[in-house]
Amino acid sequence: MITIKNLHANIEDKAILKGLNLEVKAGEVHAIMGPNGAGKSTLASILAGKEDYEITEGSVDFDGEDLLEMETEDRAREGLFLAFQYPVEIPGVSNINFLRTAINEKREHKGEDPISAKDFMALVREKSKLVELDAKLASRSVNEGFSGGEKKRNEIFQMAMLEPKLAILDETDSGLDIDALRIVANGVNTLKSKDNATIVITHYQRLLDYIVPDFVHVLYDGRIVKSGPKELALELEEKGYDWIKAEMVEA
Amino acid sequence: MNNNLKFIKGLTPTNLSVNTTAQKNASHVLDTTDLPTTRSEAWKYTRVTKIGKIDFTNEASTLASIEDKKVIDTPYTLVFVNGRFSQDLSADSFPEGVVVKPLSALEGITTQEEFEGDIFGALNLAYLNDGLHITIEKNAVVEEPVQVIHILKGDAQLSNFKVQIDAEDFSKATVVQGFFSEDSNNSFVNYTSDIQVGVNTHFTMEKIQDENAGNFHIGTDTVVQDKDSTFTINTITLNGTLVRNNLNISVNGENCTTNLNGGYLLKEKQHVDNHTVVDHKVPNCNSNELYKGVMDENSTAVFNGKVFVRQDAQKINAFQSNRNVLLSDNATVNSKPELEIYADDVKCSHGSTTGQLDDEAIYYLRARGLSKKAAVQMLVSAFIAEVIAEVENEKVKAYIYKRLNERFGWDINPEDFG
Repeated sequence: MITIKNLHANIEDKAILKGLNLEVKAGEVHAIMGPNGAGKSTLASILAGKEDYEITEGSVDFDGEDLLEMETEDRAREGLFLAFQYPVEIPGVSNINFLRTAINEKREHKGEDPISAKDFMALVREKSKLVELDAKLASRSVNEGFSGGEKKRNEIFQMAMLEPKLAILDETDSGLDIDALRIVANGVNTLKSKDNATIVITHYQRLLDYIVPDFVHVLYDGRIVKSGPKELALELEEKGYDWIKAEMVEA
Repeated sequence: MNNNLKFIKGLTPTNLSVNTTAQKNASHVLDTTDLPTTRSEAWKYTRVTKIGKIDFTNEASTLASIEDKKVIDTPYTLVFVNGRFSQDLSADSFPEGVVVKPLSALEGITTQEEFEGDIFGALNLAYLNDGLHITIEKNAVVEEPVQVIHILKGDAQLSNFKVQIDAEDFSKATVVQGFFSEDSNNSFVNYTSDIQVGVNTHFTMEKIQDENAGNFHIGTDTVVQDKDSTFTINTITLNGTLVRNNLNISVNGENCTTNLNGGYLLKEKQHVDNHTVVDHKVPNCNSNELYKGVMDENSTAVFNGKVFVRQDAQKINAFQSNRNVLLSDNATVNSKPELEIYADDVKCSHGSTTGQLDDEAIYYLRARGLSKKAAVQMLVSAFIAEVIAEVENEKVKAYIYKRLNERFGWDINPEDFG
């Protein structure tokens, strides 16, 4: 699905990613953990196409295409989805209106007809139920006046509506109480299939009790320094990141 | 005689029956006043020097049809070309309770405007071409709006055009005004209006300014509200090289509501200047003012909103807001909201913001698959929809959205934004 090779990236001449490698296949769930400042959110932003970063080296292949050459919107239309760590509030733009436009732009990109109003509303009903998002919130201005939990649920609602091939969840769990966390995780798990993949970026092992990863990676100082099965997350939770840093120094 | 208005020599003073005192006042102002320069506070950001250099004339002209020079389809349309009444293109019957007369059919035309050195107001009266007087009769409730169309036609034309509206007590009506031009360059419509809103009357003015680039529009609306009345004016500026709107509203009676909304959507080198005054002289009134602008390319906008709350005018709620979005680094806004409050028991606020579209929001929308253009259109639409939503007549709204699509390529579905 996605193959990241030796990715180096700077922001304002400061190196953030320093040779990152990662391969995610269809049907898999990968968790990326790591201390603050390791480059986790940078990785998510670069994959989604944020323009503030300079890629100095490396490549990203997304289903046979050079992802780094694609415009942000084309990445989305080809099935990449980023659940934002801090979803933006957009006053005056209704969630529903914007999602219908997004779905139709994606369909047009694929040479399909626009979705009918009836099918669209049915889809809204079905998917908002999935994340227990009040129908009223679905039709309000994008994220405006939403609580933190509602914003995150809205991200997963959008993900459900857009049915991406590859979903990247950027600290979707931070700030969520346990109920909201369950709802979000349930949404992600329901959407999981053998044809799509998920990258879960998180600080806390807790989320991984609900979204069980196939692989856990530790991102430290711009690189993936350790990978392992889901048990690695527990070990990190228990020991913190210092032992990894120590290992790095030894090596 | 002043030197700045050299074009006056080539013009014929009005042949309408203007009240002698008013005529004398206007002549005095013309004799003693120069064209304003940017040294004068009221014209600090709007240069009119160019107007003084054009050799204007005023010629009778007509059009084969007004097919693309109207805001809405209605049988109750009146047409003026270069300020002159165009009977062939105008309706001769009006809804019950509406009486319309060209000013040329009236005796002793006067004006509500106190010129106070306003050279354009004085010029308008002294060289008045024509205009019309609309009476909304007492108790009349008029559903279908009356449409007044003004068209500049030909080069270097000066049109001195006046609209007088007397909305009598307990009436309700809407007038739609459309300003257009055809085959016109360096032409100038110098417009004034006198609007009287009677007791317990609801009167709405929907004003659409859509002259082509290369033309000038300076206008002064003078409004007087009697008690228990509601006056609403929506001014939407879509085109024109230089547009200056003065809107002076005196709220003379208690328990009035005043709504002033403006939208300006500019590009190229357009310059639009809105100067508004709401004068609360008596207690227990509300005024709501919202002007919003979207500026692209090298356009400039000026907003100067004054709200006076006089000493006796207690329990006034007055809100004023001017918000602007710049789509280009070369666009400019000069915004000056002003409140002058002499009463002590009032609720007033004012504010002004100017900024660019939120890059984070554009990125967010693009990350969901919207093209950059679609994302910008969506954010601009959401921004400007708030003002357009105030336009009450659906057909007027449709015209605005149609023109935004033609001029900016924004294909906005009004339903998406209410």
